[in-house]
Amino acid sequence: MKKTAQRDLFPGALEMMILRMLKRQPLHGYALVQQIKRTSQDLLQIEEGSLYPALQRLLKAELVKAEWAVSSTNRRVRIYKLTAAGAKHLEREVSSFERMLEGITRVLAQGES
Amino acid sequence: MNWLKQLFLRRQLYEDLDQEIVLHLEERTEELVASGMTAKEAAAVARREFGNAQLVKETAREAWGWRWLEDLFADLSFGLRMLRKNPGFTAVGLLTIAIGIGANGAVFSVVNSVLLKPLNYPKAEELVALHQTAPGAAGLADFENGLLLSPSMYFTYAEQNRTFQSLGVWIKGTANVTGLAEPEQVRTVDVSDGLLQALGTPPEVGRWFSAADQIPRGPETVMLSYGYWQRRFGGDRAVIGRIITVDSRPRGIVGVMPKGFQFNDADFDLVRPLAFERGKLILAGFGFHGIARLKPGTTIAKADSDITRMLPIWMDSWSNGPGLDGHFYERWRITPMIRPLKEEVIGNVGELLWVVMGTIGLVMLIACANVANLMLVRVEARQQELAVRSALGASWTRIVRGLLVESMVLGLIGGVIGVGLACAGVRFLLAIGPANLPRLDEISIDGRTLGFTLVLSVLSGLLFGLIPALKYAGPRTSLALGSAGRTISASRERHRARNLLVVGQVAMALVLLVSAGLMIRTFDALRMVEPGFTDPQHLQLMRISIPDTLIQEPERVTRTQNAMIDKLSAIPGVKSAAFISEMPMEGFDSAWNEMFAEDKVYSAGSIAPLRLFKDISPGFLQTAGTRLVAGREMNWNEVYALRPVVMVSENLAREMWGTPSAAIGKHLRESSSMPWNEVIGVVQDVYENGVQEKAPETVYWPALIQNRYAPAARTVTFLIRSDRAGTEGFLNEVRQAVWSVNPNLPLASVRTMQEVYDKSGARTSFTLVMLGIAGAMALTLGIIGIYGVISYTVSRRQREIGIRLALGAQGGDVLQMVLTHGAKLALVGVTIGIGAAFGLTRLMANLLFGVKPHDPLTFATVAALLIFVALLACYIPARRAMLVDPMVALRYE
Repeated sequence: MKKTAQRDLFPGALEMMILRMLKRQPLHGYALVQQIKRTSQDLLQIEEGSLYPALQRLLKAELVKAEWAVSSTNRRVRIYKLTAAGAKHLEREVSSFERMLEGITRVLAQGES
Repeated sequence: MNWLKQLFLRRQLYEDLDQEIVLHLEERTEELVASGMTAKEAAAVARREFGNAQLVKETAREAWGWRWLEDLFADLSFGLRMLRKNPGFTAVGLLTIAIGIGANGAVFSVVNSVLLKPLNYPKAEELVALHQTAPGAAGLADFENGLLLSPSMYFTYAEQNRTFQSLGVWIKGTANVTGLAEPEQVRTVDVSDGLLQALGTPPEVGRWFSAADQIPRGPETVMLSYGYWQRRFGGDRAVIGRIITVDSRPRGIVGVMPKGFQFNDADFDLVRPLAFERGKLILAGFGFHGIARLKPGTTIAKADSDITRMLPIWMDSWSNGPGLDGHFYERWRITPMIRPLKEEVIGNVGELLWVVMGTIGLVMLIACANVANLMLVRVEARQQELAVRSALGASWTRIVRGLLVESMVLGLIGGVIGVGLACAGVRFLLAIGPANLPRLDEISIDGRTLGFTLVLSVLSGLLFGLIPALKYAGPRTSLALGSAGRTISASRERHRARNLLVVGQVAMALVLLVSAGLMIRTFDALRMVEPGFTDPQHLQLMRISIPDTLIQEPERVTRTQNAMIDKLSAIPGVKSAAFISEMPMEGFDSAWNEMFAEDKVYSAGSIAPLRLFKDISPGFLQTAGTRLVAGREMNWNEVYALRPVVMVSENLAREMWGTPSAAIGKHLRESSSMPWNEVIGVVQDVYENGVQEKAPETVYWPALIQNRYAPAARTVTFLIRSDRAGTEGFLNEVRQAVWSVNPNLPLASVRTMQEVYDKSGARTSFTLVMLGIAGAMALTLGIIGIYGVISYTVSRRQREIGIRLALGAQGGDVLQMVLTHGAKLALVGVTIGIGAAFGLTRLMANLLFGVKPHDPLTFATVAALLIFVALLACYIPARRAMLVDPMVALRYE
């Protein structure tokens, strides 16, 4: 069986980015993908579809909640919002990610010198 | 319970997701169209960028963790559909499993109720039976009951012990109740103080006996069983305080015991206080069963050593008479062997039930093998489908799971039907089971039995599903696609699983048939034993007791009995009538004592073995059909003249004097204070405890003797020889005859000697029937198994056979080839089976009589039978193979 769709980078990265985007403002799925793509300036190869399993996982963990609404462009959309638990989770994830990144960077810098 | 809510809302969640994806694609498409693409192009690009929508959905669903559940449902509905589509296969499979599970469920419910459930008393695990052995008192202390307690032992143990909360003794008996309706003989249990307290079951109404009820010549009281209370008093709660006449004495009712209450497994109508006269007790009188409740935390070993400590105290505290040393009993080597009360109640039936459970379990295995075989055939036919599924990306674990779910569904449905069959089976078991099976009325299908059948269903489903699943769902399935549809000649490897199953079946069937065969030989051997009476079907029995409150003088008791014999003999169709203290195999307690011969010298310290004592009326031998070996029978004149004459059994005569005729004219006595008795006759050995037990050495006394303890036999079994025995009209005339002598005498235990005889052999016939059923089932299933495999192989090999025939093979060669295949399987199975049976039949050695567990005749016969039947099962497909038309076979495609 093929394992779940390419989650780019590492497990949890996509979720972290989704949460970060939603922290700024509630968004629906399509807008989320576009935002992430735009913000990352297409550095990250994200298959659009892979967003949805990630969103379902976040829904299940109750880090986000979703409700149907009508967008400014007058289309029916499902808007995702960050929950309080989601905000806390994001903070933890970001700080642990930053620590990891710093560690990796240091090691890599060591290797160069 | 959030996940539960989510589970029920999951359809909504999935729909949301589906819509969201559609909208996402729409939005993207519109954007692309706005940037100048055609609608068609835009849609394609949007889909490509999105990725595999179906996979996204599945992955997204997986996030909720229900995937396995949904797959299971899918497998389940698929399995059910497959079963519905193959009604023939389903019916055969279900029936096989249902019968197997039904039989197992029924036997298990008996095992569970009899062996596993605790006894029906509060905190039953604390209860123990005060069992003790006395190797030095052969005869009196038999293997089953050991040495029972005497009243003086009871007082010593009750007053001096350090390990029991309470302790009491009891004894079964009968009593006549008059004044309620017709005079009725009822079953009694007499109890000492402490017994009801030890058992601990509170009364339904009223109270237990108190210490005051146990005072001799105090107020006479009685308790009722629930059944007697309902039967005679309609369950009236105001019955407390009423007076009933028991053995011609008034007794006040103080309480009623609740429904289902028994003493061990003794049913009763009345309970009376024993009310021992402490001052008059001697050491002897070993007739009472002892029950005690251990103090919490005490072990049986500690209680045993407590009794060992008290035995010398008992010998010092009481006496058998002036000048007699109590330490005489040291020679009996009395040893406490306290055991849990449950063990005492179950007795030796445990072993029998486990053997039956084991054989029925084997039948289940054979049934599973058969269903596994069916499944193999079916899965083989579905190989293509499985290969296609596997090629389309189904993982092989998924396929295995699908097959397993299917077989488990079969197992579970079979189990449900099986429970229904088990209910019927329990009723059947109760009908044919030994009537003296302990705890019979507790047998029912309870939660534990249902749990057992559930586990059995799932396990058997796993068992017969796993074999085909592992065989065909493995990674090699892709090969099947290549050869799909080609009826190639079967490779050896493809049939290995089926051949193994058949070999296993034959082996197990052999084990079961050998056990059944051994039981048949046992039954035969038992029937060959001359029991010591003839034509039991035409021997009417009934028990009549004349209490001293009714007729006090001993000679008048005997004259009354004599008058009854005369009246009974006058009934039309009666050849003769007589009485005896108890007929063999009736199970009433008998008297035993030492017997010394005048012409033998007994050294001071030695003890004579105990002999069985029977009191008989003249005419007993002729009526019962017991053969006189030498001498003559006593007559009525001798009885009334109190002539000291006795008859002895042949084995006793041989033991003492070498030959039966040498015994005539010799003299015997019980002790130095008793008169000598002349031996006037020698009687054939009578199997008192059933034909499988050694016939005890017996002394036959006249019904009336010069003896200050019991000069006349008051409670005796009358026997009437008549072709009309057992018929209702005959019994009416018998009753009238008895009541014309004395209208106050109830008749009890009215039955023919055949019933007594059958009951005594019930254990053997029950085992025989059960093993017979198991053996027949095993044989049938085994034959079906062999037939199925050979016939399937032949149909798969049609092409090959066609080629052989086309190349000049004769029909006979083909026949021989197929039969050889079957014979090989049967031979291997039989060989393995003989090995297994050799080990297993030893477990049933105690159930056998007159035949060794390794009886070569049984083994050879069963092996030959199985091989013959196997060849017969192969013959039909083999003939079909012989008649194969080469042209048709080769064109077969």
